[in-house]
Amino acid sequence: MATEMPRTDVVVIGLGAVGGVAVLPLVNAGLNVIGLEAGGWMGTRDFAPDEIRNNIRDWPQAVPKAKNEIPTSRANINFEAVQGGGHPMMNGVGGTSLHYWAQSWRLNPWDFKTVSETTRRYGANRIPEDSTVEDWPFAYEDLEPYYDRVEYALGVSGNAGNIQGTLHAGGNQFEGPRSRAYPMPGLRSSGFTDMMGDAARTLGWQPFQGPAAINSEVYGDRPGCFYHGFCDRGGCHVAAKSSTAVTTIPEALKSGRLKVVTHARVLKIVNNADGRVTGVEYLSGNQVMFQPADAVLLASHTYENSRLLLLSRSKEFPEGLANNSGQVGQHYLSHHQGAPVIALFPKNLNNWYGLPAQGVAIDEWADDNFDHGDLDFIGGGNLWAHTDRKPISAAKMSTFDLVPNWGAKWKAFISENADRTNASYIQKTTLPYRGNYLDLDPLVKDRLGLPVIRITAEYRQNELGIAAFTQDRMEEWYRAAGAVQIIRAPLGTAMGTSTHAYGGTRMGDDPSTNVTDRYGFAHESPNLGILGASVMGTSGSRNPTLTAQALAWRTAEHLVANWESIAG
Amino acid sequence: MDKNKKNCIAQNQSQEGGGLSRRDLLKGAGLTGAALIAASSGAAIAQTPSLQAAPSRIPVAEAFETLTSAESAALDAFASRIIPSDDGTPGAREARAVHFIDRGLTGAMAASRDQYAVGLAALDSLAVERGGVAFSFLSAAEQDAIIEAMTQNAITAYPMLNAGFFNTVRTHTIEGTFSDPYYGGNRDFVGWALLGYPGVRIASSADDVSQGSALAPSRQSAYDMPAYTKDPVAGVQPEGVSHGH
Repeated sequence: MATEMPRTDVVVIGLGAVGGVAVLPLVNAGLNVIGLEAGGWMGTRDFAPDEIRNNIRDWPQAVPKAKNEIPTSRANINFEAVQGGGHPMMNGVGGTSLHYWAQSWRLNPWDFKTVSETTRRYGANRIPEDSTVEDWPFAYEDLEPYYDRVEYALGVSGNAGNIQGTLHAGGNQFEGPRSRAYPMPGLRSSGFTDMMGDAARTLGWQPFQGPAAINSEVYGDRPGCFYHGFCDRGGCHVAAKSSTAVTTIPEALKSGRLKVVTHARVLKIVNNADGRVTGVEYLSGNQVMFQPADAVLLASHTYENSRLLLLSRSKEFPEGLANNSGQVGQHYLSHHQGAPVIALFPKNLNNWYGLPAQGVAIDEWADDNFDHGDLDFIGGGNLWAHTDRKPISAAKMSTFDLVPNWGAKWKAFISENADRTNASYIQKTTLPYRGNYLDLDPLVKDRLGLPVIRITAEYRQNELGIAAFTQDRMEEWYRAAGAVQIIRAPLGTAMGTSTHAYGGTRMGDDPSTNVTDRYGFAHESPNLGILGASVMGTSGSRNPTLTAQALAWRTAEHLVANWESIAG
Repeated sequence: MDKNKKNCIAQNQSQEGGGLSRRDLLKGAGLTGAALIAASSGAAIAQTPSLQAAPSRIPVAEAFETLTSAESAALDAFASRIIPSDDGTPGAREARAVHFIDRGLTGAMAASRDQYAVGLAALDSLAVERGGVAFSFLSAAEQDAIIEAMTQNAITAYPMLNAGFFNTVRTHTIEGTFSDPYYGGNRDFVGWALLGYPGVRIASSADDVSQGSALAPSRQSAYDMPAYTKDPVAGVQPEGVSHGH
């Protein structure tokens, strides 16, 4: 029998990148909020420059909950899904925003209108036949004010390319119009990124310093970045990374209306006979608790959002909460970030320090920023060359087929070349397809005996076409910068787990193809809001977090503005 | 098996004019097969002269937490062929990669413990079949031939000696050689020196990462830095606690 806690206005499941943002507009409106977080608090002293702990052993993200709920994965139904790797989700106050790279992009306007813009420019037959892609229920311009709010509430560094329609050199010439500049200039360039920027200009491209939720200078009471590196899988040792744990959550706590409940492992969202949610059941130690609330915001992670809904079965929702339409888990996609190009240069690059968000971007080959008339795909990829190197990963560098991967020759090779290599990061448009979905694994369970999520998803011709095309562009760029050896990693087809995971609770006006409405509230359970990239129907060719955070702020504001009709 | 043993043995042999190999000594003692494997580590210690060449501030011989003496000897020899030191510069042995692996196998790498037990035992059995001695007493060329066959999945009599086991040992040897010294390997920062990595730092300036600049090694573990020790800091409230939850 669950121990019932005192009622609250809103319970937020997960205080990570999106839940940690949503709490601020809620408490600012006077609502009382309880945030249930599976992990605990971590501080700057927990974030050492330690490659073993951060990168090899998956700490700090691999805490017991996520570590025991690693999704299974298969390309399609002809394979058995297997568990492997780590869980891309992190438990802890701040969640994945503690350890992410903190690249903080807005999606480009095309990403919201993929179907209509492709149809207008190239014809409807250019949408891949097996894709379930839809236009978003609103445009970039509708989300712009929320992007702006989040950029300033968190602290995002970047060089604007388009302010109210006026283009600015040094920023992304293809971004949608922004209402004002970033709150801070972009992060510092490095010797290596300058070298890559110069090479891009010789190709006629317009390189720019990409945006990051990392302070480039003092912002509020937090310092600018120290550029020591080690934040690609670790937290920031000086709190210069604008995770929600050091920005919106402490700000919301000041109101006295946010209560953070750590080490709360949510089991189930409970609903009543009307299909409305009434609260959340969670495990605290070995005790089952029930937290009643007038509204619930589900903000765990793409995989866990679908999983919790599918586990929350009831008489009203026998196949899982808000899933009488069968749409929970559908339209899943994981961002195609594979198929890198790896380059070898004839000199040391001095790349041992700095961070992956400190990079130089090329957007010419992303989205619909170039003519696709003669191409066999839509969308594209953002090219990213970044600094950051650590010794273990350096020793594991590609041998470029020049030497074996062990022994005296290999030792001499890595000794000479450890600081002479660079691997690209190319984020590519990924579409949702029929046959790509999340469901509960029929065999694999977590420690509580609850099934883990199963990923069934593979890239299709459109993704493979983009991968080959963008690898060509990346190779051109590296060659222009003086690379003497190039290796292209294979494209692969199974999507697998990813930090950039989308869909499963897609947002849209049509309840037969979408789980949530245009504001992020479940069509079938109106006082249940869903936050995170799980509501996104397209990936864009850039990191999802800022968009998910802008959507979270928008959902929270909608709840505040419509409190009586939604939660009353 | 400690890291200097083979070097010392090699010295010993060259002093003897190379006339009598380690293998001959053991064969002369009438040891064969499993008995030889069991005896080899102990016999080697008995033959080892004082270890005066070793730096004094770090104990050379250190207890293994989970590896047996035979396992540690085989693994040390294996790791030393992955990152050898016969070019005169430190490799996996000098970095004490085996100590890193031993410690890891009791905790974060425990899932690999059985693979090591099976694989290392098979390695010694195969070595005895081929050369009459434990793997660590084969010549470097003989060891390399076995490792090369493993990478090709070509050792049909011992299917556990495959590319998968090789990859496990290679990965862990790299980690042990190039990790923060806190974890028991990368002794004296020899791994970081091999790569030209100037070491962990609390900050880096634009000049530090300009093209052509070369920083002096920091020679610091992350946990040498006061910011990351877990010692309670007087008068400082740990973060999180200050939020009152």
